[in-house]
Amino acid sequence: MHPVLTTVVQRLGLGILTLFVVSFIIFASIELLPGDFGQAVLGQAATEETVAAFRKELGLDQPAYIRYFEWVGNVLQGDLGTSFSGRAASGVDRSRPVLELVAPRLENTLFLAGMTAAIAVPLALFLGITTALYRNSIYDRSVNAATLTTISFPEFFVAYILILFLASLNPIFPSLANIDATTEFWDRIYRTALPALTLTLVIVAHMMRMTRAAIINLLASPYIQMARLTGASQREVILKHALPNAWAPIATVIAFNLAYLVVGVVVVEVVFVYPGIGQLMVDSVTSRDIPVVQACALIFAITYILLNLIADVIGIITNPRLLHPK
Amino acid sequence: MTQTSQTYSAKDEATSFLAQRTAWDRTKILLKKSPFTARFGMIVIALYVIVAVFAPWIAPYGEAEVFPTPYAPWGGDHMFGTDQIGRDILSRMIYGARNTVGIAFATTILAFLIGASLGLAAAINRSWLDQFISRSVDVLMAIPSLIFALVLLSIFGSSVINLIIIIAVLDSTRVFRLTRAVAVNVVVMDYVEAAKLRGEGLGWIMRREILPNIMPPLVAEFGLRFCFVFLTIAALSFLGVGIQPPTADWGSMVRENASLIQFAQYDLKAGLTPLLPAAAIALLTVAVNFVVDWFLHHTSGIKD
Repeated sequence: MHPVLTTVVQRLGLGILTLFVVSFIIFASIELLPGDFGQAVLGQAATEETVAAFRKELGLDQPAYIRYFEWVGNVLQGDLGTSFSGRAASGVDRSRPVLELVAPRLENTLFLAGMTAAIAVPLALFLGITTALYRNSIYDRSVNAATLTTISFPEFFVAYILILFLASLNPIFPSLANIDATTEFWDRIYRTALPALTLTLVIVAHMMRMTRAAIINLLASPYIQMARLTGASQREVILKHALPNAWAPIATVIAFNLAYLVVGVVVVEVVFVYPGIGQLMVDSVTSRDIPVVQACALIFAITYILLNLIADVIGIITNPRLLHPK
Repeated sequence: MTQTSQTYSAKDEATSFLAQRTAWDRTKILLKKSPFTARFGMIVIALYVIVAVFAPWIAPYGEAEVFPTPYAPWGGDHMFGTDQIGRDILSRMIYGARNTVGIAFATTILAFLIGASLGLAAAINRSWLDQFISRSVDVLMAIPSLIFALVLLSIFGSSVINLIIIIAVLDSTRVFRLTRAVAVNVVVMDYVEAAKLRGEGLGWIMRREILPNIMPPLVAEFGLRFCFVFLTIAALSFLGVGIQPPTADWGSMVRENASLIQFAQYDLKAGLTPLLPAAAIALLTVAVNFVVDWFLHHTSGIKD
């Protein structure tokens, strides 16, 4: 088999294994709950029969490994279980399936992440390449200083500064990003502008610095020196000789930072009261609604692992040293 | 008497005309050469430590002392006004330094105790132990730490002790990776082999042979890890699942006063109130980054 294919298959296998272990950890979290949590969910007034029925519904009368495989099987079929909230001590069950809660919010979060990526990736590439092109100029220094500052700031600080200037002092954008399924596309973009801008500021800094470092690293290679000696201009050297070889590290950087978005999105959604999956997760953590927390964590973890996996695979495929084995 | 005058020491002769530099002298020379950013960082850190340690004497009012006017404007009795139930913002900021920074510091130390000792043990004992810890760490690092922390907090509930333990364990994975990576290079040295041959135990080899030789990267990592832990705890408190009221803490202060930002048009100072604790967090992070940058530059010997 071709060595590239072998490495990619190995990496994919490792990724699937990680997914299984992670799903196991997230499942096991429910095992760590204290014994009387059925009582805690249903309230003090719940009768023993209701608590027993609730425990049976969760399958707590069966061994853990059977429940794990049932849970994985259900998740693979798109059944994420039933929410804890809406259950009353009297046994009246108004709880909703987790999937129903998660699906519309996941769509909103993907919209926000997609919009951020559409702004952040081209911007970061442009800044990274131009700062490498005009290295050590005032432009380079000021962009570097600005990005270093935004890296050190917590996300909510950046968010509130933007709200102060763009929503409160100069009311250009709404400070609350309340959208629902009926919101029109352009209105949606207008309302999502501030959260997307906050996330952009946070991830552009990382992406731009890594792009710049990748190109500058390549500029030390002998073939760049050769190109310079033939009389090529700085612009020509970077665009024609360095950039084609920098695509692999840059693609890795982009995938890696999109994975970072997964975490950033939680805080930003809460700041702007954006109805996304991050806010749902925080609300469920506060009310200790474990099935919803599990579902959200599983979605976040899968996205994170998949993006990192893609980054690795791109890195392997585009590495010319692996394409021509000795 | 004559006996002592006849003993000869090459060291005494060589250094007789040279005043020996004490550790204090060396520190002073080093500080004199430090760049502006590092000095700024050190001054800021020192100020935070002073405020945190002497909080009860500096703060004008108590941590949870409630006054009759909620959302009082700046100036007058309350320099930065009062919050939603009438507690003095300035006093809570000062106590917040103690709580937020103190908890982040304790968490970082715990993370280093766990991560560094496991990392050293794995580097020395390159067998099943290394494999087992390394693979477990790989899995833990596959889940974003903020998400994992949220899952664990939903199970164990939000208390300060739970918060410290959960964040410390999650962050110790990064410390483990770094410690193991740098220690592996030191473990193969001859003097470690010599210590093993003369029968020293695992603890001695870890503390006396390896640790002193991997200190610089670990110290720098401590600074960066502290920033990361500090930001994570601030984010969790901001989300309402970290440090719980009535404990004063910068992350939750931002959340509690966030609605004031809507009034910035009418009273700019009121609009700035929620930004104060957020700025305090950002300033400390920047300061620590500056100092770590300079420290790394100094110890690695990289010159521009």
